[in-house]
Amino acid sequence: MHLDHPVTLPHRHTHSADARRPDGSRRALRIGFGGPVGSGKTATVAALCRTLRDRLSLAVVTNDIYTQEDAAFLRREAVLPPERITAVETGACPHTAIRDDISANLEAVEQLEQDLGPLDLILIESGGDNLTATFSRGLVDTQVFVIDVASGDDIPRKGGPGITTADLLVVNKTDLAPYVGADLDTMRADTRRQRGDLPYAFTSLTTADGIRPVTDWVTERLAAWHAGVTG
Amino acid sequence: MTAAAAQTPAGDLPKPRPHPAGVRATARLRATHNGRATTLPLLHSDGPFHLRRLRPRGERARVCVLGAMSAPLGGDRLALDITAEAHTRLEVTTSAATIALRGSTTDPATYDVRLTVGEHASLNWLPQPLISARGSTLHQTYEVDLAKTSRLLLREEQLLGRTAEPSGHLSTRLTVRRDGRPVLDQHTVYGAPAPAWDGPAVLGGHRATGQLLLVAPEPVPLPEPVLLGEPERGHCVLAPLAEGTALLATAVAPTPTRLRDLLDTALAHVSDAATSPSR
Amino acid sequence: MSRTALLLLADGRFPAGGHAHSGGMEAAVASGSVHDTAGLEAFCRGRLHTAGLTAAGLAAAAATGHDPLALDEAADTRTPAPALRRVARRLGRQLMRAARATWPSTELDHLAHHRPQGAHQPVVLGVTARAAGLTPLDAAHAAAYDSVGGPATAAVRLLSLDPFEATAVLARLAEECDTVAGAAARAAERVAVEGVTVLPAASAPLLDITGEQHAARPVRLFAS
Repeated sequence: MHLDHPVTLPHRHTHSADARRPDGSRRALRIGFGGPVGSGKTATVAALCRTLRDRLSLAVVTNDIYTQEDAAFLRREAVLPPERITAVETGACPHTAIRDDISANLEAVEQLEQDLGPLDLILIESGGDNLTATFSRGLVDTQVFVIDVASGDDIPRKGGPGITTADLLVVNKTDLAPYVGADLDTMRADTRRQRGDLPYAFTSLTTADGIRPVTDWVTERLAAWHAGVTG
Repeated sequence: MTAAAAQTPAGDLPKPRPHPAGVRATARLRATHNGRATTLPLLHSDGPFHLRRLRPRGERARVCVLGAMSAPLGGDRLALDITAEAHTRLEVTTSAATIALRGSTTDPATYDVRLTVGEHASLNWLPQPLISARGSTLHQTYEVDLAKTSRLLLREEQLLGRTAEPSGHLSTRLTVRRDGRPVLDQHTVYGAPAPAWDGPAVLGGHRATGQLLLVAPEPVPLPEPVLLGEPERGHCVLAPLAEGTALLATAVAPTPTRLRDLLDTALAHVSDAATSPSR
Repeated sequence: MSRTALLLLADGRFPAGGHAHSGGMEAAVASGSVHDTAGLEAFCRGRLHTAGLTAAGLAAAAATGHDPLALDEAADTRTPAPALRRVARRLGRQLMRAARATWPSTELDHLAHHRPQGAHQPVVLGVTARAAGLTPLDAAHAAAYDSVGGPATAAVRLLSLDPFEATAVLARLAEECDTVAGAAARAAERVAVEGVTVLPAASAPLLDITGEQHAARPVRLFAS
């Protein structure tokens, strides 16, 4: 395919950020999910899959640090058929695999598209790392950063690239706030201060439809993607 | 064979010339099928190789290579040429371990084994171990040419030094072709001055190493690689080569007995996966 | 040739997926055979003169412009462990992506077209070196250095080794890397006339055995 226009389009297939497939149609939207260990990235991805799988063609790439546990969890929970879930190994350096050297993740994305045919949406979950890990724009089109109430209500105030610049900030496990003494109003105020106009969502995945704010945001992004507004 | 000389550890040593005191010998063995059975029209002993017919086992003709003198010694140029022609069944063994010794010179010895297997023929090459004794230098080559419908079972075992002595220098180049295309190309070099040969990437302190190779006419089903043993007591992996009709077991072990145990266990898996080699 | 292009290609930060692989180091650590700087050095030296030499020969031959598909087959016959063949192809595919974005070339396109699942990494490395205007000897240097750089970096993470000591190990191996690269490049010069059998086929039993064991391990930090 790439041999058709070797001179005019030498980069097709190599530049991951290219928004179009070789046939000119728009490729799947890729959304990255980052955030610290235990904040609920996998649960968020699982909930999104359950909500969106009936109307969209989905796939998931997980980045595990030393196991394939996240991928195994998603397969066990049967949020998607197993062939739609791929695990990338990150060599003890999860932030490298999503930011500095994205080749293994791009290969996984490419392989999914090769095996499954055209997809609408690919969710890429980073390995739980720290507050500085962000996705490369060469890998994802938009990114979500997931933190949680139980890790301390001062986390939004501390900021960091994930919290301040992610396209969506999810503050998860709001149901735990009373038990861990977290002040949701303070968290909301700090979040607004850190993020200006950028969107955020407070979620509790234990309630029915708790994923709704994230689903709505994803649906909006998809519409924008197909309209060619982003990417 | 030119390749073997070029492959000394990262070097370009010239092919050694035979030492005037060295032995030059080429033993030859050819098996043919007369329409009913495998026969041995050529059984040419030479130098240290004395070829003796053994009682056949079923359809399989058997030959044992007896050591008629101490070999290889420094400066020797030895070759063993075995051909199993179309439709034959042949097994070749050796009566005792082959010991590479220093001899009267530190010159390298060479030992070239050529195995040729014709269409629908089957060859088992199952010699006793090769021992690289202190002070010896041996360059060994295996050139194996297999017809597309042939079958080969090859075992080679190497012991680096006799009990409580340092190893000699042993270089082995193994080239296996099937239907003219390469299946396996491998070169190992052990013993000083080979760098880090007993280090954790190569032999990890083990003194015995060996391989078992099966090349069959049809794909050999092995659902998963077979992992045997453990690092301390010796370990082995049996897995398919890129050419799907070949399986290779590679083992390292502290002793030759343990090495043979591992390769025998691998062979049992091979036999399970394919039809029995002694058929 | 540009010397800087070689630095770029051999840089551990070149985004070709190498960071997730330990070159057999994790398996060596797991089996207890490497636990300190001396073990790291012995491991790297052994890998350099076996897998490193073989990789350097393939890379140098690819950089001469020899048919990369024939070299890919030669790499297969020199890689008996299926786990290591998979790793080599995966890394080859990842390097191919980075290479085509960095030094676009019809030769890289050609190889990618014929090996969409990835050619062996050293072959891709050689074709990449050629696309970058480098020599076969440069390609051999990059492959030889790569064969020890990865394990050394991994050892720092796996054993909490002093990173200065690990780097000093690489410095001590520099001259041997040069020797290996030189031998590989000389063999590569003969490929056009004598065929791929003149290329080094140096192998190490333990790398094959532990490479396969590692692939079967459910919990690991590095993919290989």
